[in-house]
Amino acid sequence: MPIKQISIFVENKPGRLADITAMLAKRDIDIRALSIADTTDYGILRLIVSHPEAAVVTIREEGLTVSATNVLGIAIPDVPGGFAKAIKVLANEGISVEYAYAFITPEKGHAFIILRVADNEIASEALTKAGIRLIEQRDIFE
Amino acid sequence: MSNYYNKEIETAPREYLDAIQSMRLIRMVYNCYENVPFYKKKFDEIGLHPQDIKSIADIVKLPFTVKQDLRDNYPFGLFAVPKEKLVRIHASSGTTGKQTVVGYTSGDVDRWSEGTARAIMAAGGTKSDYIHVSYGYGLFTGGLGLHYGAEKVGATVIPVSSGNTSRQVQILQDFGSNIICCTPSYAMFIGETIREMGIDPESLPLRAGIFGAEPWSENMRREIEKSLAIKAYDIYGLSEIAGPGVAYECCEQNGMHICEDFFYPEVVDPDTLEPVPDGTFGELVFTCIGKEALPLVRYRTRDVSALTHEKCACGRTLVKMQKPRGRTDDMLIIRGVNVFPSQVEHVILSLGMEPNYQIVVDRVNNLDVMTVKIEMSELLFSDSVRQIEETERRITAALQNTLGVSATVHLVEPRTLPRSEGKAVRVVDNRKL
Repeated sequence: MPIKQISIFVENKPGRLADITAMLAKRDIDIRALSIADTTDYGILRLIVSHPEAAVVTIREEGLTVSATNVLGIAIPDVPGGFAKAIKVLANEGISVEYAYAFITPEKGHAFIILRVADNEIASEALTKAGIRLIEQRDIFE
Repeated sequence: MSNYYNKEIETAPREYLDAIQSMRLIRMVYNCYENVPFYKKKFDEIGLHPQDIKSIADIVKLPFTVKQDLRDNYPFGLFAVPKEKLVRIHASSGTTGKQTVVGYTSGDVDRWSEGTARAIMAAGGTKSDYIHVSYGYGLFTGGLGLHYGAEKVGATVIPVSSGNTSRQVQILQDFGSNIICCTPSYAMFIGETIREMGIDPESLPLRAGIFGAEPWSENMRREIEKSLAIKAYDIYGLSEIAGPGVAYECCEQNGMHICEDFFYPEVVDPDTLEPVPDGTFGELVFTCIGKEALPLVRYRTRDVSALTHEKCACGRTLVKMQKPRGRTDDMLIIRGVNVFPSQVEHVILSLGMEPNYQIVVDRVNNLDVMTVKIEMSELLFSDSVRQIEETERRITAALQNTLGVSATVHLVEPRTLPRSEGKAVRVVDNRKL
């Protein structure tokens, strides 16, 4: 079960992040994880939020460009080499990771990582076979 | 159903038009020579006497007039009638210099209004229509030009003027406007607003639009026709000649019929100033044979167009002009290459994107640098930087291909580029030349 990530196109201008996060706060949408990919001119703000559909509608209403993407979430033990093991599984299968970001979890002893790969199904299968636990939307917002 | 306002003229045989034009040209040349010192001096300089002009064919003997002549004689120096005969003044925005001022006698207003009346009827307008005029009212000729034409047709004018777009939409809905007149970029903006307000354009009584005062493309026409569920007609004009209604499109939508009984057109090579054959693009030139107050002789419009004299399938015999391809003075010279904003627009549309763009030209280390700003849309967007960069590269390559000069593509947030309610701000030239 993939996780819905929303991505927003943000020009590099002072105050844009503040504006966008305020829009979500106003609708009681909780942000659990975020990453920003930036270039000289613009950035892509990627968010894992409590209500992705509502977030898309809100952001779109404000006139911004937004998209929703299915990404994979995995839980790894918070020990040295935890991430290395997971990423190795994908490397062995020849699956490249477009981007990844980690965040604090409500579960003690674990870290959650969001992975963007070309084919979620193939990657899920490989990870599950290697004993790596996939997480769902509700694991993040329990 | 006849869509003619003045069938006798609009379908007149060529010899008949020639006769009218010859008669009016002769009268105009006398008017210029006797009442405008500027023209008397100009004619005398080349040894031309009004008697030398015997028919419309002699028009090539006359000297050209350029915009600078209007500026040099600012504000009323080229007027050929005394104040008591004037009934109206208009002025152009003067974005590239001192504004140009134009004047009209009541006969001039009448003939100009006939031009817009022909345009409205060619677009299917009748006396039982509501005509929604969203061109600006004021010194700009757009608002009053269409207004008077609509009244001449006997239709009901709704003089909304520009601005307050949600009120425009409310009026379209509540009053049931049948024909809207505005700039094409504003029509697109109204279309966007209708969509945002969740209104089905098919539910509106609107069935046609008459759009002009700025360049627009066939792609824009299709977009407007879709977003407003109407048929979109082009109209051409410039305040120096009269205003909108100098030429107008018929149901064939492939060129605009020129009111050549009032405004005699020529197309000349902009370098040699020699007339070019039918179908060849060059600079459009008008002689105001139907004007008393400001009878400009062979006025160079800077618009690049071509003429066709073939009879149109709509039945009209009035000569047609092609949609102007650009302006000789809109043309940007980027590192020695001629670039028209319309070419940039064409590239953007051909890639399936909305034509929301702006061209910015800078000079960095003595080198021209062109940046094309394009609004981000969900079509172009991706969560992956790699994908967006690929899109940027695709646009850059297409621009380079068409323009023959490189441009940097800069994606910006939606609705951040200026949508002017008058003329679209497509070019920002920061070069201090």
